[in-house]
Amino acid sequence: MSVMKRLSGIVQAKTNKLLDKAEDPRESLDLSYQKQLESLQKVRRSVADVTTAKKRIELQASQLQQQADKLQQQAKAALTQGNEDLAREALGRRTALAEQLGELQTQHEQVAGQEEKLILTAQKLQAQVDSFRTKKETLKASYTAAEAQTKIGEAVSGISESMSDAGMSMQRAQDKIDGMQARAGAMDELLASGALTDLTNPVDDIQAQLNKASTTSTVDAELAALKAEVGAGAAPAAELGSAGPSAAERGSTEPGSPAS
Amino acid sequence: MIVRILGEGQYSVPDGQRGALEKLDSAIVEAVDSDDETAFAAALAALTAAVREAGEPLAEDTFAPSDLVVPFPDSTLEETKGLLAEADDATGTDNR
Repeated sequence: MSVMKRLSGIVQAKTNKLLDKAEDPRESLDLSYQKQLESLQKVRRSVADVTTAKKRIELQASQLQQQADKLQQQAKAALTQGNEDLAREALGRRTALAEQLGELQTQHEQVAGQEEKLILTAQKLQAQVDSFRTKKETLKASYTAAEAQTKIGEAVSGISESMSDAGMSMQRAQDKIDGMQARAGAMDELLASGALTDLTNPVDDIQAQLNKASTTSTVDAELAALKAEVGAGAAPAAELGSAGPSAAERGSTEPGSPAS
Repeated sequence: MIVRILGEGQYSVPDGQRGALEKLDSAIVEAVDSDDETAFAAALAALTAAVREAGEPLAEDTFAPSDLVVPFPDSTLEETKGLLAEADDATGTDNR
């Protein structure tokens, strides 16, 4: 059986549920209008939810990006120190982060796409609800006319169908976002647990190695300078030696002074 | 006749187009039956294009039920199967 007819069946089934409650056709106009306002509210809330989901992903992406940038700089610093293994480790972690960033990017595009669609759905529904508000008053005023009842029925089924459509669109967007929300939650947990943030701690393990290497090389440099001074020969040694006697002189006077 | 593209809106399509649309529709049915995602996407794209081309968007202040309903233009095969199952349930319940 035709796809278009079967779908028309489901839309009508949803629409009929909305209409069953009204007895007087005029009452159905007001009831329908109330339902429209509720639908509009729901779609707007849904838009807000999706926007929140999008911002959350943006925040996560920027955190991951900062970590990736830092690892890049650490790799550079490690290379400057001649520690290729450490540079490799930093770049390896950066690659893992880049993969996660890529996934976030894809999610962001999907959420942004859903957001755009929902905003459009909300705008269309708003325009229809506005028109319906005018239309229902016209229809009520002309209710005495013979065909008014049919017209009201048509108008109400028509707008109800639009609401069903908007409801289905909203549900669809929500379903897509739900999966992403779960993943975003898992990412938040990862970020909070420190599995990823370990790398951004003021002193992470890579930074600790870099600092250690840097300290070691500073000590080495100072040691070398000292050795050079000491090994350079007589002059500094003589200086040290000349300091000796003066200290010895002082030493000799000091023990003397309590005696005197 | 009035045709709704889900998530998009309603179009007023000349009755003479019904045959052409039904032919495109049967390509979708075939793709669904044979679980062919590629054929499904192509058939759905052809159907939505035909409705947009042959139809005029319904004016904002016109409220009327649709005669035919086309799936969301970016539906997957799986999603459409779900909708159709739901539709068969709904209409099945109504027939009983």
